[in-house]
Amino acid sequence: MSATRYEVPGWIGTVLVPTINICLAFLVSGLIIVVIGEDPWQALDLLISGAFGSQEAVGYTLYYTTNLIFTGLAVAVAFHAGLFNIGAEGQAYIGGLGVALVCLAGDANLPTFIIIPLCMVAAALFGAAWAFLPGYLQATRGSHIVITTIMFNFIASAVMVYLLVNVLIKPGQMAPETRTFAEVAWVPFLHEVLAPVGIKLARSPLNLSLALALLCCVVVWAFVWRTRWGYAIRTVGQNETAAVYAGINPKRCIVLAMTISGGLAGLVAMNEILGVQHRLLIDFVAGYGFTGIAVALMGRNHPFGIVLAALLFGALYQGGAELAFEIPTITRDMVVVIQGLVILFCGALEFMVKPRVESMYRWAHRTGTGS
Amino acid sequence: MTPSDRRVDGLRNAIDPPAVELININKRFGSVQANRNVSLSIAPATIHGIVGENGAGKSTLMSILFGFYQANSGEIRVNGKTTRIRTTEEAIRAGIGMVHQHFMLVDSFTVLENVVLGAESGRLLKESLSTARQTLDLLESKYGLEVNVDTLVGDLPVGLQQRVEILKALYREAQILILDEPTGVLTPQESEQLFNILLGLRDRGVTVILITHKLREIMAITDTVTVMRGGEVVAHRTTSQTSEPELAELMVGRKVLLRVEKGISQPGSVVLDVREVETIDQRGVKRLHNVSFNVRSGEIVGIAGVSGNGQSELLEVLAGIRTVTAGRISLNGKPLIDQFNPRDAGQVRGLGVGHVPEDRLRMGLVRSFEAMESSILGIHSDRRFNAMVFMKLDAVLENCRHKMEAFDVRPRNPHLVTVNFSGGNQQKLVLAREMDEKPGLLLVGQPTRGVDIGAIEFIHKEIVAMRDAGRAVLLVSVELEEIMSLADRILVMFDGHIVGEVTASHASEQELGLMMANAATPASAIRS
Repeated sequence: MSATRYEVPGWIGTVLVPTINICLAFLVSGLIIVVIGEDPWQALDLLISGAFGSQEAVGYTLYYTTNLIFTGLAVAVAFHAGLFNIGAEGQAYIGGLGVALVCLAGDANLPTFIIIPLCMVAAALFGAAWAFLPGYLQATRGSHIVITTIMFNFIASAVMVYLLVNVLIKPGQMAPETRTFAEVAWVPFLHEVLAPVGIKLARSPLNLSLALALLCCVVVWAFVWRTRWGYAIRTVGQNETAAVYAGINPKRCIVLAMTISGGLAGLVAMNEILGVQHRLLIDFVAGYGFTGIAVALMGRNHPFGIVLAALLFGALYQGGAELAFEIPTITRDMVVVIQGLVILFCGALEFMVKPRVESMYRWAHRTGTGS
Repeated sequence: MTPSDRRVDGLRNAIDPPAVELININKRFGSVQANRNVSLSIAPATIHGIVGENGAGKSTLMSILFGFYQANSGEIRVNGKTTRIRTTEEAIRAGIGMVHQHFMLVDSFTVLENVVLGAESGRLLKESLSTARQTLDLLESKYGLEVNVDTLVGDLPVGLQQRVEILKALYREAQILILDEPTGVLTPQESEQLFNILLGLRDRGVTVILITHKLREIMAITDTVTVMRGGEVVAHRTTSQTSEPELAELMVGRKVLLRVEKGISQPGSVVLDVREVETIDQRGVKRLHNVSFNVRSGEIVGIAGVSGNGQSELLEVLAGIRTVTAGRISLNGKPLIDQFNPRDAGQVRGLGVGHVPEDRLRMGLVRSFEAMESSILGIHSDRRFNAMVFMKLDAVLENCRHKMEAFDVRPRNPHLVTVNFSGGNQQKLVLAREMDEKPGLLLVGQPTRGVDIGAIEFIHKEIVAMRDAGRAVLLVSVELEEIMSLADRILVMFDGHIVGEVTASHASEQELGLMMANAATPASAIRS
C-alpha cells in the first residue's frame, strides 16, 4: 500500500524515544550492578555527580564532549554521502602530527594569533589527507571504505609510533613524546580565559576548542542542508542513480565528503594536543574516533543531535571514571558495559521501542479526538 | 468456443458452492483502511477479474487470500468451507496458487528444479525430481502448457517464465489461481497465448482470479468482474453486461476520457538526430545496435517494444547517463554526444533536454528528500536557487509550490517526504520538474507506470501540450495503447535494433505486436 502514512509528530522520534531508550539502558545496567552486589542507586548517584556534580566535573565532561563532537561530526558528514568512515581514529591521530610539526617548527618565533590558526589548518589538512586516500580509492577503485579506513587506522598508528620513537622524540628521554610546545601555541583553558573578567572556574582541561567544536556544528549544518554541495552529497548518499541522473558526479562527492570528514576528525588534535597535553604523544586519540561512530548514530547525523549525544557520552566517560574510582568492584570495564548498553538500546534496538510508542501515540490521539 | 458458450459454462456451476467467498474482509495498515467490508463470491471454473486503481486494495485483498497478510476481520470460504489462511503454506494447502507480477523464479535453476523448489517430496532431491518430471508431463499435456523442463529458467523468454509460474501453482495442486497483472511484461501475442491457457484451465475446472488495470483484458477474457475503489468494492458485474467506459467510471468515480484528444501534429525542424548509435554495457553486451532516427519539433515519437529490448538504454544514452560507444547524436543541428565527446546528464540538461526517467523512485526522485528538495533534482545548481554559497530555500519552496499547483500534485505540501506521495503524484512531481524547464527536447520513459487512471489522463494531456507548444518529445512506453494514442510516429525496438517505423495513424496493434516480437517486416518498416 502506498497510501500516506499517518504522521506522528517529530518530537516522538527525536526526544521521547531516545529518552526511553536511555532509561532502558540504565535499567539494564542497574540490574547488572545489582547482580555484582552493589547498590544501583548509589552507582547512578555517583555517575551523575561524577559528571555534573562540581565545576571541575562539568569541565572534564565538556572536555570529553569536545573530542566527541569533532569525531561525531566527522562520521556524520561521511554518512550523508553514504560512507561509513571507521577511520576517524586514525585521521585524528594524523591531525595531531600536523599540529606537532607546526609547533616544533614555529613555536619559537611565531605569535599566538598566527601559530594557532596555522595549527588548526594543519590539523584539518593532515586529517583530511588521511581520509582523502580511502575516499579516492573508494571513488575510483571501488575499494570499500570500511575496510580501507580500518586499515588506515593501523597504518596511522604504525607511522606515529615510528615517528615518535625515532624522529620526533625529545632527545634524552625514554617516553616516546615530543618536547612540550611553547606556551604561545597553547589553546587557552576556559578557567584562564574567564579569570580576568572575574569569573572563577575550577581548574579543568576544558579549553576554547569547545567553541571551535560548536562552530563546526553550525558550519556542518549549513554545509549539509543549506548549500548545493551538501545537497549533492546527500543525493549521492541516498540514491546514487538519481545523482548521476541529476548530473552530480558521485566520485567527486565521495572524495569531498571524506576529505571534510577527515578534516573534522583532525581537529581533535586542537583539543587534545594544543588544549591539554601540549605535546604529541602515543595514542592520544584513545578511542574517541570509534566512540564518534556511536555519537553520530545516536545523534541521527544531525549536528544538534551530535552535541547531545556527545554530551551523554562525555558524561559517561567522566562519570564512569568517578564511579570506577569510588566503587572498586565496578571497574572501568563495567563502565564500558554501560556505554555499550546505551549504544545497544539507542542504536541497534531503536526499532524495538519506536513502533510501539508511535502506535500508542496514535491510539491516544484517536481516542482523544474521537476520530 | 464463443464467448456466450463460455458464460454458459460459467453458469453451469452456479449451483455448486462458490470456489472462493470473501465475507466482510477488513484490513488496516496503521490508520489506513486498505480493505473495508469487502465481500465477493467467485463461482468455480470461472475467470473473475478484479479491477481498480493503484491503492484500491486489490493486491491487499489477494495477499490476504494467499496468506501474506491476515485480515483484521472477515471470513474466507474456499469451496463453501470456512478456511483460516494465516500463511502461504495454508493457502497452498487450501488449493490456492498465485502468479506474482514479478516472477519468483531462480534463473540459474532448470524449469524442473524451479517447480520442485519448496515442494520436494522426499529427502533425496533426485526422487523428487523424477516424480516431478512425470507429474509435469501430465500437467503439460492436460493444460497445453508446453515447456522444456530441462531448460534454465534464465534462458526462457518472459512468456514462458510465466508459464513456469503457472506450472508451479498447478504442481502444488492449485484449483484456484490468482494472477497479479500478468500481462505487464508480455507482447500482445504472448498475452493472447496466456489468455488461451487461462481459458483452457477454466474449462478443466480451475478458477482463475485476474488482477489487472487493463480494462480491455477484463472485457476479453473474464466471466465476472469486481471493481474496487478506495479499499471498497464498488460494483460486481457480469462481463457481458458491462462496458469499458462503465468500468472506468466505476474505478475512478467519475467519467474518464479513455482516448487522448489531440490534433494533427505539425512537425518542424529536426531537434534530435541520432545516427548509428551503439552502446555496450559493463558486462560487454551490446545494448544498442546501429540506432538511427530523428525527432522533430512539434511531434511525439513513440518507441514501442517489449520491456528490455534497449529502450531504457536508448533513453539513458540520450540523457547523458550512459556512454555511447559508436555513432553520434546531435541536438538542433549541433553535435551533442559522440564516442569521443561524452557529456554528463547535467550538461545535456543544460542544453535543453528534459528527462522523465522510466523508474521514478530509482532514478528521478530521492525517497527521503522533502518534495521541495526532489523538485530541484538536476537543477539544484541553477542560479535561481543559489546565492554565492547558500541555497535560496525561499526560491526553492516557491518554485515547488508553483510546480505543485501547475501539475495538481496532492497533497500540496512541499515539506512532505517524497516517498509518502502516491505513485501518480510522485510522477507528476517529476513531470512538473522536467516540463517546467521548457526543454526543447523532452525524453519521457513510462510516463504512466503505476499511475491512477485520473492522473494518466492528466499526464497525457500535458505531454500533448508540450508537443503543441512546438517541442520535440521522445516517448518510451511498454504500454502499446499509450504509444498508439500519444505518438505521431512509432518506432519499434527489438533486441537493441530499431526494427520498424510506422505513422501512428496507420498503425495497427497486430502489426506493431508482430514487429515487437520481430516476427514481421511490414512494407513501411525501415530495417536498420
